[in-house]
Amino acid sequence: MEKFTTLTGIAAPLPLVNIDTDMIIPKQYLKTIQRTGLGKGLFDEMRYDDKGNEIADFVLNQPAYRQAEILVAGDNFGCGSSREHAPWALMDFGIRCVISTSFADIFYNNCFKNGILPVVLPQDAVDYLMEDARRGANARIAVDLEAQTVTASDGTAFHFEIDAFKKHCLLNGLDDIALTLEKVSAIDTFETRTKTLYPWV
Amino acid sequence: MTAPKTLYDKIWNAHLVDEQPDGTSLIYIDRHLVHEVTSPQAFEGLRMSGRRPRAPEKTIAVPDHNVPTTEGRDEHIENEESRIQVEALDRNAREFGIHYYPVSDVRQGIVHIIGPEQGWTLPGMTIVCGDSHTATHGAFGALAHGIGTSEVEHVLATQTLIQRKGKNMKVEITGKLPPWVTAKDITLSVIGATGTAGGTGHVIEYCGEAIRELSMEGRMTVCNMAIEGGARAGLIAPDEKTFEYVKGRPHAPKGAAWEAALAYWQTLKSDEGAHWDKVVTLRAEDIEPVVTWGTSPEDVLPITGEVPAPESFSGGKVGAAKRSLEYMGLQPGTKLTEIPIDAVFIGSCTNGRIEDLRAAAAVLKGRKLAPGVRGMVVPGSGLVRAQAEEEGLAQIFIDAGFEWRLAGCSMCLAMNPDQLAPGERCAATSNRNFEGRQGRGGRTHLMSPAMAAAAGVTGQLTDVRELMGETV
Repeated sequence: MEKFTTLTGIAAPLPLVNIDTDMIIPKQYLKTIQRTGLGKGLFDEMRYDDKGNEIADFVLNQPAYRQAEILVAGDNFGCGSSREHAPWALMDFGIRCVISTSFADIFYNNCFKNGILPVVLPQDAVDYLMEDARRGANARIAVDLEAQTVTASDGTAFHFEIDAFKKHCLLNGLDDIALTLEKVSAIDTFETRTKTLYPWV
Repeated sequence: MTAPKTLYDKIWNAHLVDEQPDGTSLIYIDRHLVHEVTSPQAFEGLRMSGRRPRAPEKTIAVPDHNVPTTEGRDEHIENEESRIQVEALDRNAREFGIHYYPVSDVRQGIVHIIGPEQGWTLPGMTIVCGDSHTATHGAFGALAHGIGTSEVEHVLATQTLIQRKGKNMKVEITGKLPPWVTAKDITLSVIGATGTAGGTGHVIEYCGEAIRELSMEGRMTVCNMAIEGGARAGLIAPDEKTFEYVKGRPHAPKGAAWEAALAYWQTLKSDEGAHWDKVVTLRAEDIEPVVTWGTSPEDVLPITGEVPAPESFSGGKVGAAKRSLEYMGLQPGTKLTEIPIDAVFIGSCTNGRIEDLRAAAAVLKGRKLAPGVRGMVVPGSGLVRAQAEEEGLAQIFIDAGFEWRLAGCSMCLAMNPDQLAPGERCAATSNRNFEGRQGRGGRTHLMSPAMAAAAGVTGQLTDVRELMGETV
């Protein structure tokens, strides 16, 4: 997994609440058997018309935001399905950080498996960064995972909370499975014990 | 004496393999359900790292999301990408020795329907699947939730999941449901009351008289949509109905093992005085048949209501409601019962079980779809389909003008050819009314099977109580 340490980049404002995973990457893109190449389908129905032409109004189609690496979004981002294609699509497009007041659990978790940092901040901080993001390339937002801060273009910094283990894995690009397999003896012990306790499982 | 615990606390503790001082925990997984859409990358990951599934005997695979629901699919799937995904699942299941139900097997169906049907789903278990509606299995008092593909790979390789314990939320439905008010109306009404993020970070336990009174099918409908309320998992404590449902299923314990299991399962309930981080109580008597009007499952109202004005909301919801109404092609103030529909979809892991088909058939018996309305019934499994045929339900649907399909997820997420055309409006028994969910530009109104059937008969959203002569 790619590490996430610091990032300074253009932030795209997406001031919609309840952006669901069907919006992030609709079903027709779920038929892939690979993790890569989904960036073209990111926000498909908002980004393209019926004929596949770009919808000029949509934020990621605007010249100022084509290189966006950060999204600032409304409440409950990533609700709906468990599809990991949502973070895969964000990553493939180049988005490494999403900032919102809240995220749906499964999406939030999926981000950490793919080198994407979801940042939860209070409403007023998100509003501030949303305004900043509206200024496009003139407002580069800085994210520092180690320090747990997001800094607006005028230097206003916001501190965010994050689970220490998730932070550690993301900072170091660690593979969960390898970490868990270090505890294989605990899993063996558990299996032996429960085989007696719950033999029907 | 130990502190009183919730059912969630008990199942969590019974599956704890390791816990770090910061709360990061390793949880053992008893059942891992796998389908064709969210698993290929996980199996590929295993291969690339030279790993094998740790417990293939606890892993069950079935293609359901993108399979066509028309005859001939066991011979050939027209769509190449879908075919490749199904073939990949087929290959992965056989290569790694995983239980597998191919489309040619009568037991094939939606993963969350066949798990309980085959007795894989048992009380007290931890169950995961790369699908958010895994919450369904919580109806048996199992801790069940959706995971992403990286976690699918993690479970395959280690039979565990890295988790932090969630909070406890109690949703109590007191009293008795009025006639024609169903499990679907309960679960939608709860989401209407709490919002789609109301359960975020929590595991919900549903309880109260109205929940106890529900059949296992109804309880699965309630738990299925816990995720639409933001909760990863929904639970209902197992009781005699649960045990009765499980007994004799192909993979349920038998003989002495059954007795031992039963003794354990009977301890699976929240203790008196257990701590709840959040409590929501609804009176069953206040719940009416409901429909959704917008593009979020929280956009729910009794069928007797009107399309709301965006200004009646606050914060970001004002803009969201405006966008929803524009997408749905609806005007504020329109009576919900005056909204015409083009299609009816009966099926999905929410409402594709035998009881759902019975409820819809009870409304459709001797009636027909309104002119111009197309209807599709997609049973949740091959066995549900066979039972419905045996009970004469299939004939009722066919006589009413519905298409009688093979089992699968179908138009719930429209990954297969079953889709709405742009602008088409559908009365659907599924779980999500998101933009484009049932097809680009398609407009979805979520409701119960009886309500969807009633809408099909009149050609517009309808109060099933009126159609069936029930005084409201």
